[in-house]
Formats: sequence, C-alpha cells, structure tokens
Amino acid sequence: MSRVHDMGGRFGDGAVVPEAEGVIFHADWHPRALALTLATGSFGKWNLDISRHARERLAPNDYARFTYYEKWIGGLATLLVENGVVTRDELAGRVEPSPSPIAERALKPDQVADVLAKGGPADRPSNIAPVFKTGDRVIARRFAENEKVDGGHTRLPGYAAGARGRVLRLHGSHILPDAHAHGLGEAPEPLYAVVFAASELWAHPEHPRDEVVIDMWQSYLRADNEA
Amino acid sequence: MPHDHAHDDPHALLPSDPALRVKALETLLTRKGLVDPAALDEIIDTYENKIGPRNGAHVVARAWHDPAFRAALLEDATAVVSDLGYYGRQGEHMVAVENTPDTHNMVVCTLCSCYPWPLLGIPPGWYKSDAYRARVVREPRKVLADFGVVLPDETAVRVWDSTAEIRYLVIPQRPAGTEGMDEDALMEFVSRDSMIGTGLAGKP
Repeated sequence: MSRVHDMGGRFGDGAVVPEAEGVIFHADWHPRALALTLATGSFGKWNLDISRHARERLAPNDYARFTYYEKWIGGLATLLVENGVVTRDELAGRVEPSPSPIAERALKPDQVADVLAKGGPADRPSNIAPVFKTGDRVIARRFAENEKVDGGHTRLPGYAAGARGRVLRLHGSHILPDAHAHGLGEAPEPLYAVVFAASELWAHPEHPRDEVVIDMWQSYLRADNEA
Repeated sequence: MPHDHAHDDPHALLPSDPALRVKALETLLTRKGLVDPAALDEIIDTYENKIGPRNGAHVVARAWHDPAFRAALLEDATAVVSDLGYYGRQGEHMVAVENTPDTHNMVVCTLCSCYPWPLLGIPPGWYKSDAYRARVVREPRKVLADFGVVLPDETAVRVWDSTAEIRYLVIPQRPAGTEGMDEDALMEFVSRDSMIGTGLAGKP
C-alpha cells in the first residue's frame, strides 16, 4: 500500500450507510463535476489510466478530506495544467482566459449520446501469450507498486501483494494500466480473474469459505510451483 | 511520471468551496471555448434520466425468465447486454456472476469506484465511500449487516474487486413464489443493491 487510495482491508472506516435507489447526486454541483470530467476527456490529452493516477496522487490529506467529486475536480485541475490546456494564472483568475487552440475538440451537445454509447473498450490484441490457464496456482507480485515508475499507477491492490491464488478465468488481453498511465504505450497483455481464499488475505476471515476475486494482469503474477 | 507536488497542487488555485470550485472551472473552460454548457446538460440528462438500474433489472428478469438467455449471459455478458442496447462508457467489458445457495457474490472497487454504468447508472454514494471500499473485501458479512442482510452460514461470499475494466453484474437468486411471472413482473423484484450484492431480490 503506497498511496492513500489503496484502502482495501483498512480498519476504522465505520458503517456503510445505504441509500434509496433514486438518489443519484447529493449536491447541485456533483452532476456538473461529473459532466465536466467526462466532457474534457474529449480533448484526447489523457486516457482513463492517466486520469485515475491524477486522482490517486492528490496529497493524502486532500484525498482523505475531499468528497468523491472533489477528488475528481482535483485530479482534473492537475490534468488541465500538466497538459497545457489551462495555465495556473488562468486557474487562479489572475489573467483573462485566452482562446484555446484545441477549442474545436470541445464536446458538442449532439455528440454526447454517441460518445457515451461508444465507450472506451480496453481489450487489445497482444503478442504476449497467456501462460496461465483456469485452475493454475499463482502468486501475486510481492510489491503492489509500479515496476517501471517509482510511485506510479498500478491496479494491484496492496492487500493482495504476495498472496497465493488460483486462476478463475482469462479475460483476454487488455491495456496494461501501469504502462498506459505513464506514456509507455498500451502494452496489452493477458488479464485474469484470480481467486484468493479470504484466509490467505486476512488474519481473521469471517467465514472459512469466503473468497476475493481480483482482476490481474499477467505481469502481476508468477506460477506457484509449491502448490 | 508521478509528479508529486502537494504544496502547489493546481486545485488549490481554485476557490475552496467545492460548488464555487466547479463553477469556476466550468466558467474558465467555457470562456476558453473548451466546454459547451449545453453538452454538460446533455451528459447530466443521460445519467439522471436515461441510464440507471432498471436496465440491469431488465437483464436479470430476462435471465430468470429465459434459460437460454441466462446461459448466454453467463457465457458472454458483453455481447448479450450490447444486443439489448446496454453498452457504453464504464460498461465495455461485462461479466455476469450468479448467486446460488452456496455462493453469494458482491462487487466493489477498492482502488476507485469502477461500476457498470450502462446497466446500473452512476454508483450510489456508499459504493464510492471509503467505508465500503475498505471493508467489503475483509468483512463482507459485517457490511451486509449494515444493509440488513444476513446470509445462511452455509453460504460462502465471493467478493469481486473490479480493478480492471471488467465490470461485474450480480444475478441475485430468483425469489420463491414468482413461478410463471413474465419479465415485467419479475423486474419489480430486482433492486440495484441486489445486482451489486449488498441486497437480495425482493419477495412477492
């Protein structure tokens, strides 16, 4: 666990509070924050993994105190500045905003339905062949850290690092977030659902037969030859 | 590269009140020609009025009603739900998992808030909360108790942590007493929470 967002298994968070199905947003500005985040994706300046990483690397004290959509806006401000879409002076209101050279990329109302319906599929052909099959015993990488970039993005949760599991299914080949979040290309590789016994992950599992399934890229795994 | 620089994070340049912060950002991007407020309205309308858990309930009710559909859904959910028009952002790769007397499935995303938007809409507040993300992988039964759900001791819990772009839909167990009902009637027993695994199907 190297960043504050990686909270699976953490103690001390208190009760989960259910809410009625009709509740979608909790403040007037929440839908605007959501829509701004989706609309600015049309600039093509960042991908989903880069934007996830921008939220994850908010300072831990900001991440912890921010509500959900504040994290989104915090990450978006970072992306806008880092990609030269807005300047810090513009953000601070110290100067008149200048017209953007990429204004033609602004999402138009009549494009919205198509863009949302089209989505952004992450499956890709890969020249990396699957080395595991369903039922194989595997061990998750010992460190839940990006192997190439210190402090970089990864989708291996800290609580599973070093744990022994079993391949439940192969999802095909998908973009590797650890590369894609850092301008290192899509680097697609096989993706597996790996099942871990709760007793492998926690000192006091609630039930002897409980399990957790985690989607893991092939480079997160090695064969468990001791099984 | 990670670019850790908490002391001068760009968001700190915006107003501290979150509502004003979002307003300031929208105004700035609009003045730069980068955002059309009408497009934002269109996005909001989509998720407030067009996409929501009734889509998923339709899929589950049909799976309960039609064994061939159920088999196809369990085999390749992405293809099956796409055919019904439920495809798009945050639902590009779907997998359906079925509850049985032996196994109860629950879905979480411990690293962020991955969720099958085309089938269930925008995730509820609790799904995105620290408490749910932190706790459900370690103590799913205590989390279920927060929802008033108690599982029989012979039922194991399988928690799916959605760390990739795969999105999971739980098919709850069909309630007794619904034999012979059609799809529309069955939909009434399928709640959003039952398709995440924090609830069970309703009873007639």
